[in-house]
This record gives sequence, C-alpha cells and structure tokens, in this order.
Amino acid sequence: MKHEQAKKYGMVIDLDKCTGCGACMVACMAENNVPFKEDETNKLDSITWMRVYQLTNGKPFPDTDICYLPRPCMHCEGDHGHSPCVTVCPAIATDYGLDTGIVSQIYTRCFGCRYCMAACPYHARYFNWWDPVWPNGMEKYLNPNVSPRMRGVVEKCSFCYHRYQLAKDRAFMEDRRELEEEEYQTACTQACPAGAIVFGDLNNETHRVHQIVQPDPAHAGRPKNPKAFRLLERLGTNPKVYYLSSREWVRRAGDNYLPHEGPSGGH
Amino acid sequence: MKMDRRSFLSFLIGGAAGTTLSPLPWKLTDDLAIWSQNWPWTPVPAGGEVTFVETTCMLCPGGCGVTVRKVGDRAVKIEGTPGHPVNGGGICILGLSGLQLLYGPTRVPAPLRRAGGRGENRWEKISWDDALALVVEKLAALRENRLSHTLACISGTDGGTVGRLMERFLTVYGSPNFIRTPSMRDAYEMTLHLMQGVQASAGFDVENTDFILSFGSGILEGWGSPVRMFRAHSAWKENGAKVVQIEPRLSNTAAKSDKWLPVNPGTEGALALGLAHVILKESLHRREFVDFYAWGLDRWKNEVLSKWTPEEVEAVTGIDKSTTVALARSFAGAGRPLALCGRGKGSIPGSIGEFMAVHALNALVGNINRKGGVWAVPGPDYIRWPEVEMDATAAAGMQQPRVDGAGTEKYIFARHLLHRVPEMVAAADPSLVQALFILEANPYYTLSDPALLKKAWDKIPFIVSFSSFMDETAQNADLILPNHMYLERYEDVPYAEGFNKPYIGLAKPVVHPQFSTMHAGDVILRLAKALGDPVQKAFPWEDYEGCLDETFGDALETLRETGYRVEADFAPGSGYPAFGTASGRFEFISEESRDAGMQAMVQPQGEEPAFPLILIPFDSQRLANGYIGDPPFVIKTVPDTVLKGDALFVEVHPETAKAIGLSEGKAALLATPKGQARVRVHLFEGIMPGLVGIPTGLGHHAYDGYLAGKGVNANALMGPVEDGASGLNAAWGIRAKLSRV
Repeated sequence: MKHEQAKKYGMVIDLDKCTGCGACMVACMAENNVPFKEDETNKLDSITWMRVYQLTNGKPFPDTDICYLPRPCMHCEGDHGHSPCVTVCPAIATDYGLDTGIVSQIYTRCFGCRYCMAACPYHARYFNWWDPVWPNGMEKYLNPNVSPRMRGVVEKCSFCYHRYQLAKDRAFMEDRRELEEEEYQTACTQACPAGAIVFGDLNNETHRVHQIVQPDPAHAGRPKNPKAFRLLERLGTNPKVYYLSSREWVRRAGDNYLPHEGPSGGH
Repeated sequence: MKMDRRSFLSFLIGGAAGTTLSPLPWKLTDDLAIWSQNWPWTPVPAGGEVTFVETTCMLCPGGCGVTVRKVGDRAVKIEGTPGHPVNGGGICILGLSGLQLLYGPTRVPAPLRRAGGRGENRWEKISWDDALALVVEKLAALRENRLSHTLACISGTDGGTVGRLMERFLTVYGSPNFIRTPSMRDAYEMTLHLMQGVQASAGFDVENTDFILSFGSGILEGWGSPVRMFRAHSAWKENGAKVVQIEPRLSNTAAKSDKWLPVNPGTEGALALGLAHVILKESLHRREFVDFYAWGLDRWKNEVLSKWTPEEVEAVTGIDKSTTVALARSFAGAGRPLALCGRGKGSIPGSIGEFMAVHALNALVGNINRKGGVWAVPGPDYIRWPEVEMDATAAAGMQQPRVDGAGTEKYIFARHLLHRVPEMVAAADPSLVQALFILEANPYYTLSDPALLKKAWDKIPFIVSFSSFMDETAQNADLILPNHMYLERYEDVPYAEGFNKPYIGLAKPVVHPQFSTMHAGDVILRLAKALGDPVQKAFPWEDYEGCLDETFGDALETLRETGYRVEADFAPGSGYPAFGTASGRFEFISEESRDAGMQAMVQPQGEEPAFPLILIPFDSQRLANGYIGDPPFVIKTVPDTVLKGDALFVEVHPETAKAIGLSEGKAALLATPKGQARVRVHLFEGIMPGLVGIPTGLGHHAYDGYLAGKGVNANALMGPVEDGASGLNAAWGIRAKLSRV
C-alpha cells in the first residue's frame, strides 16, 4: 500500500468574526449527544466540548472591550504526539493519532481517574459525574454515529471524528483515497453563522487553514500570519487550533506575559 | 476436629493461595470491569437509513432554510440549508435546538381542558371533537347575542395562509380584533407608510452597504433575520465596511463594531436628528435624491437646524459635539451608508419619531430603494381568496372599534396595538373580550405590567391557546388546542424579517405528528364548518392542505421541491409607484403624519428620587425572548454572569454599585414602578453608570424544569410607554431602584 502523507487536522477561528452567539456550542451538543442537566450554571461540571469564553480588556467605561473565544479541544501535538493528556493517561484511553493529528477519547477504556483533566491546560476535558438523562422522548434525536457516554468517564471534543470516518467510508466506496476539503468538516465549523471557523488539514497547502495560518514547521507549527496566535503558546503544547485577531489585547490574552513582553517579542 | 491457631492460619493462607491460583478472582474482576461498562439505561441510538428533509425554520421571523437529518423515522440534527437565499447554510443557536422542542417534555400532548383554577396547571385530556364542540358552542352563543366583536385573536403570525385564515375567520364571524404581536415591524411599516406612502415592510440590503449606523439595533443579538445579519457582519469585516453602534451598553454588536457610541438611553432619536442637522448645515446630503424625489425638506430642515444643534444634542445624548459632526461627515461621505433602528432584537416597536428620524437619514444620503439601502418590500401577494360575504351580524361586528383602538381617530396609523389590550379589557365592564384565541404567541409572558395583565386576563371568560408547547399563556388558558409544531406541518412563511426581496419559505412535515395535535389551519376550517353559514361559506376548502394547494396552484410543487421562492431580481420601487404619498415623493414631513416625526424621544416611566436609576432590558442571541423559550441546549450556554442557580444577575457599573454599597455577586432588590424582584449584581464596565441592565428571556414559570423558575422576567418589571404620535409601545426602559437586602 502506498504511504499517504499524514494529515494534521486543525482549525482556525477568526475572533474578529466570532459574535459569541453560541451556535458552535449547541451544534456540537446536538451532533455529539452531549448530555444536559436541569441546572447547568455550575460551569465546572457543565459538559461543553466547545465552550465560548468571554475576554475583556479590563479598561474602564467607555473604553471597555469584549471579545469571544470559542474553545474546542486543541488536539495538541506536543512533541511528536506527546500531548499533555495522552502522556498521563494510565489506560491509553486517549491517544494521539499520528495519521490525523486528532487526540482520541475511548470511553470504554476510560476509568475516570481524571489525570488528563488535571494535565489539560485548556480545561477542554469534562467528567461525567452523573449518568446522562434525556427527558422522556427526547432520546429520539440522539445521533447513532456517536455513542452516549456513561457516568464515570471523561469526554471531550473529537473534531467530530465520526464525520472523518463517514467521509473515509464514502471515499472508499467511490474508490478514492483522499478526501476533499469540504468532505470532512466539524459540526461547529458547519454551523457557525458568521463563518468564523475554518477547518482542514494543516499539512495540505491547498486547504484554507494552511493558507490562513501558514504554520512554520521549523517552529512546531507556530503561525507565520501575524494576526494568528495559539493559546498558551509558550507551554509547548503545540496545539492545532489557531485564532485570528486584529486586536493586540486579544492576541496578548492568549498567553501569560510579563509586562515588558508581548505576543510577538516574547518568544 | 480441633481448630487451633496453627490450623486456622494454615486454612486461611491456604485458602487465600488457592483462591488466587484459581480463575475465580480474575473472572470476577473481568466481569466487574465489563459490568461497570454495561449501562443498560444509557441509550443506544438506533441506526437506519439516513435522509435529509429541507424545510423552513419557524422559531423566529427570520425565515431561514434548514435541512433536517433523519435516521430512519427519527430526526437527529438540524443544519442550515447550503445556498439558501436568506441564511446561506448558516444556522443560529435556537434553530439548532429545534429537535429538543419537537421531542421535548414541553409539548402539549392532546387537546386539554382546564380541570382546576386558571394557572393551576391541572388538565383533563379531551377528544378533538369535544374540544372543538366547546369552542363552537361558545362562539355560536356570542354571535347569537350580537357579541361577535368580543372575540379576539392574538397572533404571532400574519400575512401567511394560517394568519390570513384566522383573520378571515374573525372577519366573517364578525370581529375586527385580529391583533398581531408587537415588534419593530409595526414601526417600520408605519414609517414606510408615512414617508413613502406604501404598504410594505422594510428590507435592508445589508450585504451591499459599506457604512452601518445602528441606533441600538442588535445586529448580532437577533435583529432581523439573525443568521443573515451574522453573515453580513462577517462580509463587512472582510470588505472593510464600517459599523458604528449607538447604545448605552456594550452589547456584542457594540463590541464588534468599529466605533461604539454610548449614548444616554432613549436619546438615539435625538442623535439621529443631530446628525441630520450637520448633514443639512454642511450640505452633505445627496441632492440627486433629495432635490428630485423628496418633499417637505424645507420645513423639516428649519426644524432640525433650529432645534438640533450639536450643542443641544450633546446636552441631551451625552455625545460630544465634535463626535456628532465627525460621524455625520463620515456617514454622508460613505459610498453606501445605511442607518438602522429597532432596539435589540426589535421585540418592542419603538417611537415613530425615532424611526422617522433614522429613516430620514437614509433619505438624506439617497439610500432609499437603492443598492445597499432600505428597500420597500411589498407584502406577500400570493393569497388571492375570494372576498368574504358577510351577513348583518358580521357587518355590525366589523363596524365596532377594535379593542386595541388601532385605526381609530387617535391611533389612525396603527394596525396592531397589543400593549393597549390589557388596559382596555381591565377598564370596561363587561369585558370587551369575551373569547380570546392565542396563535403562535405567548402574551402572558411577553406583555409588560403584570398586575394589569392579570386583572385583564381574569376578566376574559374564555381563553383558547393553539400552542404546541405548555407556555405561560397555554398554562393560563381554559382550553388548549395544540397545533402541530413546525417540524410536523406544512405552512408558508410569508417573509424573512428585514430581507430585501419578496420571499416565501415553506415549512414541511419532517416527521409524523408525535402527539394528538391538529394543524391550526384545520382547526379554523373545522370551526367554520361547525358554525355553519355564513362563516362556513368563506372557507371552501376540504382541509388546510387543500387550501394551500389552491392558494399556490402549480407553484406549490416547486415550492415543495426547493423549500422557498425568492424574487431574486426584485428591483425596489419599480413595480409600483415608488412613493405613494400625496406629493408622489419621499416626504420628510408628511402632511398626513400630523408631525409624528417631531417627537424623537419618549420618557421612561417613574420619578426620581424614588427611582434614581434606569433599568434597560437587553437581548442576547442565547436567550430566546418571544413565543419560544430557551430549549435545554440553549439555556446551557447562558454564562454564569447572567444566571447562577435560579438567580438572575443584573449588570451595573462598578461606580453605581459602589454608591449603593453593592459588590460583585451580591443580592439586591430591584424595584420599578411596575414590580420588584430579587436579583444579584454583576459589575460590568461596559454599561453606562446610572443604568441597570437586565437580560430578557428568563423568568419563565411554564415550560419544563430546564427553563422554569430560572431568573426574572424583564417584562414583569416594565410597563408600556405609549408613543403619543403613533400609539406604538416605545418603552426602552423604566426608572428603577436597586437596594441592598
């Protein structure tokens, strides 16, 4: 079999376009059978694979500014697949896919130690403290492509991996090996009414993500686009979700800097 | 056998060793591991053939095309329809959650008759025949007693076949009281009527504008057709169009704009006139439009030049005069500038003076019926049913004044004034409304002034809700005749709010009705049949689908296939006289309007010092505040700075809070002339000092445990403020007091 070039699926989110409407959060919940409780106001136990955070510039009225930042799983590559969560998992319930760049989560292997949650610097992982309960009749809308989880396991964004599998199956049936860019898109990307999310293969120069981000392979995929940044870049987690912003304070909010440092000069 | 210490230990150790060597512990551990992952109560969704159904979303007036993914006979996901003229494949947070409404516990499962007191939520299931017989009996008795005009219908839908069937039913039965729920649509329709002399709705060519001046419009909060506005906003970011947002609070729209002008609340209209002042004084207006197509400029100009100097505007609005001058110049200097109004989602109409002032700005820059401007979009014309034949009773009933006063001498331009109904009903004895139908609306939640509403409600003897959901209005009705919900029925969607082309969407049944519900159109036809002539004669159709068939004729088949019809090459103002005014031109001050445009501001209710602050409601895309309440997915996305447990947070500027002695998260009592509520305080630098911001869409007491009992209903703290010139509700806030508890 001919060796295919490894994919590195990633995302770029334009924070200038993001309106904070929350459609990505709900598109994800609907696609991935994410459970819900009567009270979801304790955000520590509220399962949201995709969560939209609000950032503020901290300035007084009327110079105040806010910006929304959607946060899926960053699918960190770390150093050659040593993502923070993958490294600590004692059950190999989460793994870095070298062929896709997607960090998996295998619910049936997970026994709920939550080391990965402690290791994840992005709070992208959630624990099922309770069994999911759908009110009578509502389980009818559950998506058969994603298994509902049980109490006691950790879950997180999968970059809609089931959509990748379906697209691969379809391509296989049509005797194709490669997927078109449009064939595999995550639910949040598809839903975003502002078109703020772009998803694709960072290794593929024809894909929009690659063109927007211009990842620098010599520096662990750091973006060459001056408007682009990654969250907590300096931790070396090598995430595959990039953000775009024309606002300096927003880019600065992406990492922790000393007063004299900045997103551009502080490397 | 003697059991000494030695043999006991041998037995114990031997037993332990034997057990360890046996397969038993390993087998048990393995079983345990399997059992621990075996959760029979965790559902395993069934597989099946995957199909897609294209339909139209009806959860708001946005008119978006949606594609529903089905697995077998289950609907599993709603997505935007790619290439759709309105939403182009995008979808909003509420539209995505439609299946939770379809399959959710808030559905009304069958016709229900009240078993306990009103609002006690005790019901008795009855058959459809019995339910309809109850209504017919009541209606026949009213008509017999020449009280047909005391039947009223509050409808969230208007213009499409179902709204028109209901209106037709009322007409031939003998009641003028078909009342549409209020929104900025009322104010825009009236503006176009007064200034352009047309019966049309306002469409905005937002895709082609390059400068957006928004007077508090929540472009990113759900104004107009939300997804279309999001897409336009992204296009503006790409092509460099400028957005200036004018409102006292840093909304999402304000945060995303190029410039946010925090204006004193309720003075947006004054700023519009101030901008007009600068444009006229510096002759920045487009003479090719104003000189040839407009009328009344001189009189209006004198008024604006004398009254609304930038100094005066600064005193009123708090906007620095140099800012006003600079803004006016950049607005007038832009290629295709567009001014918008209608606060937040536009769920409260607003003052006609303010709308006319903003619309006049568009006229000054010649942006009427032009690329990138405001287009007069004629109402749907596909319903051409024969005139109804009224008998004497019906004719007499139709002669009676409407209960809301719309169209009477005082409210001559208004078509629907729902906010006046509680006042009118509460004041008269016997009640002006003896029977009330509620269709696709939830007035018991959305109307303000709860004490007056309750008083009026108690005086209406017979209330019938057509709601698919157990909302507040249904819960406080006497009879519920549940409609199919929008994913279970055919219905035409006659427009997409703010869309600049004539458009019809078609909602199609995606799944079979899940409960014992009936299409509201069929209910109307069956009621008409049971009432006999002359009512029956006005409805020559077998059933609703037959009516739809005959209305659209051959066009229905294409509509079924594509899911919508749009007049893509629509040219505004060409198909009919562009300006139907007396002068045949755009009128800055129309003779007819009785100077309605001169009052650009209304004052909030309440007096200082009892109420030293001003409460302003604000809308959010994550909180549905109309007929539909938030489904579980959507309420889950509400931040904990808005809702924590059941407590609602109001936004207050840190200085304002400090003066009262409140800090972040503290409980407080929020009182207005119309009510009071316990809230918690969220300090926010993005709100003007002296204001209290309250999110709309919470404080439901009906629906399910995911929504009920959470937060405070902003409407319950507000009261209507009638705009003197138009009669429309122009309440943008109310005076309030916040105190420690």
